[in-house]
Amino acid sequence: MTASHSVDSRQPLLQIRDLRKFFPITAGVFNKTVGHVRAVDDVSFDVFEGETLGLVGESGCGKTTTSRCILRAVDPTSGQILFRRKNDEIVDLAKLTRDELQPLRAEIQMIFQDPFGSLNPRMTLFDNVGEPLLVNGMTNRSERTDRVADLLKLVGLRPEFMHRFPHAFSGGQRQRIGIARALSTNPRLVVADEPVSALDVSVQAQVLNLLLELQSRLGLTFLFVAHDLSVVRHISDRVAVMYVGQLVELAPTKTLFSRPRHPYTSALMRAVPVPDPRIPVGEVTLKGEVPSPANPPSGCYFHPRCRFATDRCKVETPALREPSPGHFVRCHFADELDLTTAF
Amino acid sequence: MTAPLLSVRDLHVTFGLDEGSVRAVDGVSFDVLPGQVVGIVGESGCGKSVTMRSILQLVDEPGQIKKGEILYRMRAANGQGESVIDLTKLAKRGAQMRAIRGAEIALIPQEPMAAFSPVHTVGDQIIEAIQLHHRQWRPDGSGLSRAEAREIVVDLFRDVGISMPEQRVDAYSWQLSGGLRQRAMIAMALSCKPRLLIADEPTTAIDVTTQAQVLALLRELQRKYGTAIIFITHDLGVIAQMANSVVVMYLGRVAEQGPVDAIFHAPKHPYTRALLRSIPSIVGQTQVALPTIAGTLPHPFNRPSGCPYHPRCDERKGPECAARVPSLEPVDQGQSVSCFLHHDSSDTQ
Repeated sequence: MTASHSVDSRQPLLQIRDLRKFFPITAGVFNKTVGHVRAVDDVSFDVFEGETLGLVGESGCGKTTTSRCILRAVDPTSGQILFRRKNDEIVDLAKLTRDELQPLRAEIQMIFQDPFGSLNPRMTLFDNVGEPLLVNGMTNRSERTDRVADLLKLVGLRPEFMHRFPHAFSGGQRQRIGIARALSTNPRLVVADEPVSALDVSVQAQVLNLLLELQSRLGLTFLFVAHDLSVVRHISDRVAVMYVGQLVELAPTKTLFSRPRHPYTSALMRAVPVPDPRIPVGEVTLKGEVPSPANPPSGCYFHPRCRFATDRCKVETPALREPSPGHFVRCHFADELDLTTAF
Repeated sequence: MTAPLLSVRDLHVTFGLDEGSVRAVDGVSFDVLPGQVVGIVGESGCGKSVTMRSILQLVDEPGQIKKGEILYRMRAANGQGESVIDLTKLAKRGAQMRAIRGAEIALIPQEPMAAFSPVHTVGDQIIEAIQLHHRQWRPDGSGLSRAEAREIVVDLFRDVGISMPEQRVDAYSWQLSGGLRQRAMIAMALSCKPRLLIADEPTTAIDVTTQAQVLALLRELQRKYGTAIIFITHDLGVIAQMANSVVVMYLGRVAEQGPVDAIFHAPKHPYTRALLRSIPSIVGQTQVALPTIAGTLPHPFNRPSGCPYHPRCDERKGPECAARVPSLEPVDQGQSVSCFLHHDSSDTQ
């Protein structure tokens, strides 16, 4: 069962099927492979055109590796990444060679986490934002100048800033520059990996507003990778939760937050501190550490930390199923557990 | 009313640079009562970290404490009685200041990876601190052997919830996961029984689930040992859970301070109100534009005149906001605010 069925009538822009990415662990003089880190282990989901899919999970859960596979910044071990191009042709990004990928790069772009590390400090804004245009064949300088000016205006920066260097800008402004660069090639899918986690709260609100506004103006599709659940809840139409390389739950945002079906999702939500001193601090429901993806537990990967685990969970690996339309969950007892949260 | 353990009075810290001097901390005052948790909130560059470093006298050149007092109520060396000393008057590298760091006031830094030395085991680093401040454990001054100090570390590790403490004492920091490293850091900070703990964004670098565990641990240890904590964070959710009282800072000044409930439910300063509105809530409406604070943080060399917040303020009162600097005045039950909407006193600059 894959997360392909949905009540949503929109067309999927991206379909990920059984995606796996294993990193070899080597040892000894001859670098013999002694095992694998199963960073992404059998992940399937769809991203519909015009929606924002939030991807959440703790560090090491494989959310970043998944997004990097889509951009082919790392090559997946197996699985399909089906992308529908502008002309409705469906291509498998996982199979393409470097040269074949080149024309597709313009359609899929990325916004990075660190606004200080992701801009070249020796290049002006014009060069930073304009380079993707140059690479994609816009060789006329004045044409490029106009386009960069438009892009800067689009993200709320003054076009006069074009000839300055990144060091002259604050974190929030730099993130806007990164967004302008990502949008320069008119992408249809934008993968945003923790785009606001390095920013202060007031700046974070400005950047979130900008992303929402750009999405409605340009019809963008976002894959929004983040660990902050309140941010993900705010911006996403649907949310996918990952744990130790696997997708454990995927549902429309409202459903996921009001009625999660996986014990991990519910524990993750309870861990978020609520900014209201009148709400009593809940009991810590999730103890222990995330298991290593090099040596995951038997059965359900979550069973050593799960409050509801039974003997069956220790031996039998649950499959991802769809107990109600559009709600996918990987748990044997998803139908029986009552995990209703306060939200 | 109990006397404060730490009292910061009108603290000014400036950094003299070639381009001019930056007033990183510009007249900050607040109190920390014994056994209380004070949350300090503010955005990058508001001076919260510099204030904390001033308390420990760790401000590096070209930073300088220009004015103000940091009064600390210190236990006498023989354990009998207390005396109030001004930390700003002590020599940075002097014996007295070194006796205070770690033993009286300890710091949990933001990045536990960078705080531990990678070439010594975590146990060795904590043992060193315990042996240095042996009077905290043996007031008679008889000193502690390495083996005795090691026993203390193992007990501390057990206290902070590190499994297999005997083995973990001999681990290097890079062998521990983020959560364990942060726990080891907390154990180190508590190793010399400080009365005041400064936690500088202790959970920013870790996951929410680990954060929940670390926060629960800090609350439990705080109850057990009665340590006062200054908790610096930009996460208002964490503040709401941890703090008894809150200090909101903006551009090196205290915008507002008060009991945690008043700050969240009856904020008086326009900046506090704007800050609270701008966070996406886990219960609020989704996919709508969040209210933001207009403009950007001014450049440090380009401080606005008058109230530092006035160019971005959406509740500006009038020309006096740009002309005079509002002082921090009590307005309500333990709540003080520096804003002309609530009083008319100003500081002379």
